[in-house]
Amino acid sequence: MKKTLKFVLLAVLVLALAVAAVGCDGSEPTKEQAKDAAKPKLIAAADATFAPFEFTDPKTGKYVGFDVELIQALCDEAGYELEFRSMGFDGLIAALQANQIDAAVSAMTITDERKKEVDFSDPYYKSGLVVAVQAKDTEIKGFEDLKGKKIAVQSGTTGALQAEKITDKDKITYFTNADQALLELKNGAVDAVVNDFPVSAYFIQQGNKEVKMVGEILSAEEYGIAVPKGKTETVEKLNAALKKIKENGKYDQIYKKWFGEEPK
Amino acid sequence: MELLQIWKDAFPILMMGLKLTIQLTSLAVFFGCIIGLFVGLGKMSRIKLIKIPAITYIEFFRGSPLLVQLFLIYFGLPQILGHPVDRFWSAVAVLSLNSGAYCAEIFRAGIQSIEKGQMEAARSLGMTHIQAMRYVILPQAFKRVIPPLGNEFIAMMKDTSLVSVIGMAELARSGQLYISTTYKAFQIWFLVAIFYIVMTLFISEFFVNRMERRLQAGDHS
Repeated sequence: MKKTLKFVLLAVLVLALAVAAVGCDGSEPTKEQAKDAAKPKLIAAADATFAPFEFTDPKTGKYVGFDVELIQALCDEAGYELEFRSMGFDGLIAALQANQIDAAVSAMTITDERKKEVDFSDPYYKSGLVVAVQAKDTEIKGFEDLKGKKIAVQSGTTGALQAEKITDKDKITYFTNADQALLELKNGAVDAVVNDFPVSAYFIQQGNKEVKMVGEILSAEEYGIAVPKGKTETVEKLNAALKKIKENGKYDQIYKKWFGEEPK
Repeated sequence: MELLQIWKDAFPILMMGLKLTIQLTSLAVFFGCIIGLFVGLGKMSRIKLIKIPAITYIEFFRGSPLLVQLFLIYFGLPQILGHPVDRFWSAVAVLSLNSGAYCAEIFRAGIQSIEKGQMEAARSLGMTHIQAMRYVILPQAFKRVIPPLGNEFIAMMKDTSLVSVIGMAELARSGQLYISTTYKAFQIWFLVAIFYIVMTLFISEFFVNRMERRLQAGDHS
């Protein structure tokens, strides 16, 4: 009896402490200003499971991809020293808010919801969502056929939001990485994957013939580089650098290397 | 109180996650205990045919990370079988097998900690080896394994958060999913932590402490 009372008291105490601790909201953890004497450092992060934008080169173990080369070129242009990290896509915005990173360059679509939390650079890539299904599937022809179907998505992406609009939430499986969602489809555990077109295309191109893309591309998406709110200086520098590399051909060169075609 | 509002909004989705966490934990511990008892006894067997598989099983599941085991069964097995495996039951299977390996060692240690004299006394009363185990050794051993089993129970509950890697939205993952669209990282993670702490307190109070007291009542020393 006494023991139970103690237990209840303890639980209440934990809760009370919790409320008190959270009560002092809005304390911003300050990042250590590890300033290089010569160049200011820019810590950029991406979810390196999103080929061809950012992924790990199986041969060298280094991070490679369109975004990785782009941010490197931008840093060279703007006079930053780049430090590149990989972290889960759905943790990127939280990391920006906590000032753990200076920029997220991870094929991130510019949306109004995200704009409330972070600032974006000018768009650097036009993209769109596409439906990927199993190669033997004859039923699903595009987004309109997805109602009631089992869909795998990457959490925190525009693809996930799109899937939620079409089918019931309990039919959707959320993965941390896009490649896991595609693997789920390849293994036949779901009917479809809603994801960015270039990524699904790259996945199939890598020899995953069990998967195909169907229907139209929902092309109302533009990727931007996200930075913490109010870091206007970083945005301005990145925008100026982006403009510059678009003019001097560097952007086209990187684009061609990763997508095998001229920028549209 | 903005915080309470955030918590209120997140509550339904976290509750769904909590339900899954509790389901997985109870199933894993239930099956884990059963597997553990048999494998633990198997490891002490003198028959090689029983002993070697038991040892192999324990070494495999204690020697590799749970994360790897989950990936192996869920993403790896379908490529061999040629058809997908059920998500929920593959998670339960992996967690149970993992828990079973740890429970086996706990049971073995508990049984071996009972003095040799107890077995000898039981045998000299004319009991068979199995009877002696069942009526004399195991009841005493069981009392000794309650605290480590309670620890295993708690560790298992926390480890269930790993099933998020195969796309299951248990408590930790449902918090993460909620944050991925609302961006309220601190408030939600804090609430999730409290949920886990309350569950842990619950397990240690009702499972461990009460069980110990109930079993002690049977002692006439």
